[in-house]
Amino acid sequence: MNLASLSASYLRARPLHTALGLILLSLGVATIVLLLLVVGQLEERMSRDARGIDLVVGAKGSPMQLILSGIYHLDAPTGNVPLAAAQSLGKERFVKKAIPLALGDSWKGYRIVGAGHDYPNHYGATLAAGRLWEKPMEVVLGAEVAQRTAAGVDAEFSGAHGISGEGDEHKEAPYTVVGILKETGSVLDRLVLTGIESVWHVHEPHQGSQQNKNDKAGEPEREVTVVLVQYASPLAAATLPRQINSRSELQAASPAVETARLFRIVGVGAEALRAFAIVLMVAAGLSVFIALYTALEERRYDLAVMRTLGASPRRLFGLLLLEGLVLAFLGALVGLALGHAFAGLLGLWLQVHQQPALTGLAWRPEELWLAAAALGVGVLAALLPAWRAYRTDVSRTLAQG
Amino acid sequence: MIAVRGLAHRYGAAPALRLADWRVAQGERWAVLGPSGSGKSTLLHVLAGLVRPSEGEVEVSGQNLGKLRGATLDRWRGATVGIVLQALHLVRHLSVRDNLRLAQYLAHLPQDDARIDDTLGSLGVAGKASRRPAELSQGERQRVAIARAVVNWPKLLLADEPTANLDDAAAALAADLLAEQAARQGATLVVATHDARVKAKFRERLELA
Repeated sequence: MNLASLSASYLRARPLHTALGLILLSLGVATIVLLLLVVGQLEERMSRDARGIDLVVGAKGSPMQLILSGIYHLDAPTGNVPLAAAQSLGKERFVKKAIPLALGDSWKGYRIVGAGHDYPNHYGATLAAGRLWEKPMEVVLGAEVAQRTAAGVDAEFSGAHGISGEGDEHKEAPYTVVGILKETGSVLDRLVLTGIESVWHVHEPHQGSQQNKNDKAGEPEREVTVVLVQYASPLAAATLPRQINSRSELQAASPAVETARLFRIVGVGAEALRAFAIVLMVAAGLSVFIALYTALEERRYDLAVMRTLGASPRRLFGLLLLEGLVLAFLGALVGLALGHAFAGLLGLWLQVHQQPALTGLAWRPEELWLAAAALGVGVLAALLPAWRAYRTDVSRTLAQG
Repeated sequence: MIAVRGLAHRYGAAPALRLADWRVAQGERWAVLGPSGSGKSTLLHVLAGLVRPSEGEVEVSGQNLGKLRGATLDRWRGATVGIVLQALHLVRHLSVRDNLRLAQYLAHLPQDDARIDDTLGSLGVAGKASRRPAELSQGERQRVAIARAVVNWPKLLLADEPTANLDDAAAALAADLLAEQAARQGATLVVATHDARVKAKFRERLELA
């Protein structure tokens, strides 16, 4: 017998009240944990994918679409730009790296990206098997693509036109897998990489004849979809975007600006959910308060008897406070566990839909604050009942019965 | 053991208790008698240090109660006084054993199951340790309440109307049990009662008016 076990015995004696407080508090905590994990991991992943990319240059259109398609491969591209324009970017004074990408096809919902070896190198990717592509129609699979399609080195497949996985298949031009990348934790895991020439090669039958007319050298006019640019100096930010945007066929979009804009939009929903979770936690506090306060009436004899047995008023205060605290501690514990479980389940569901993975196994430092806030709710809810217990008039209470 | 001088207590303006001089020696057994409202319960609460009297001095077991304050007084009470209340007031959701452990814990004494078993055994309820109060008969509950009052070796055992609502046989038994336990623990016994059946069992009587 001690104050904690005594508190617990009173909580057990009112199972319904205790369960209600516990459920409300843990749901509130779980909702906030889920938000923290989803938003946190999304931001982490987006910033990892955009690391080292200061500018995305592509065809005119929505700058956010350009970022979503060029870096994250989530949206349709805005269009194509001439290869010459892309190559000239690489020669600009303030540009350290310019990585051209050609998009357009997909395989089983995974995008086929035409690029140079500098693209996987940018993300520090290494091979798990085979080699990088050398000739047209050779592809390297991202780790997740390889795992989910169970395709190995030497496998052959035909790409589908478009990015939804439901377009016409280019049956006449099959790809061959020559390598598989190790997991990078970046967008590369969900891509099929090949040379830019492969993308041109696949699409030549459709456009070659028309373009050959304009091209005296017999070479079709080569196009790429986007160019990922890394600045050589921060000075570039001041001049390069404006210089590019002034050219009629090109548009430059900053990942930092666009993702910040995206998070402002997503943020409204997150804020609403957070407010809802806070309402849940306040309701939990109220329910604990009401449970403790109404129970005081039937507990006043217990409290008076404890005084006759030698308990000081301070101990009775501690007893009531501890009840709130024990409940809040359990609520926080259950809530944290639930939040991580929800995140894990959501992650599984997202994986089925080929979306960026979400894990319930990582935790965020903000969760400590959240646990502290939950304990604070418990203490606050118990404060007034504890004060009433402290003020118990033993003699008068006992005289009443 | 008990020395009361010039004691008076009022609730607001209404006088609740007057007692000019009263002395009790260690081990004596007293009945405090008087009609309801004469201050029997108040006297018991004063002796237990639960009520600070408006006037007068009270000494219990060599301790002047007026000199004890706050938690020190609570601690003294837990170590010195055992109280049996008319309505018993056992903690409902705790087992008999835990009710006695609670008494030991709140008095800052080590929790001693052997002592608990011994005390319950001396009151004939050794087999009920794991029961809750609601599972006991009224007589068994009374024995448990007495056990809780004496488990900490009190020097002073107080009982407030312990036989109200009991039939003749049970009332006589309750009075005997209190006397027997007080003798067993070497405690002084003070019983507040207006019950003639109990009164007859005590040679020492204090009449309040």
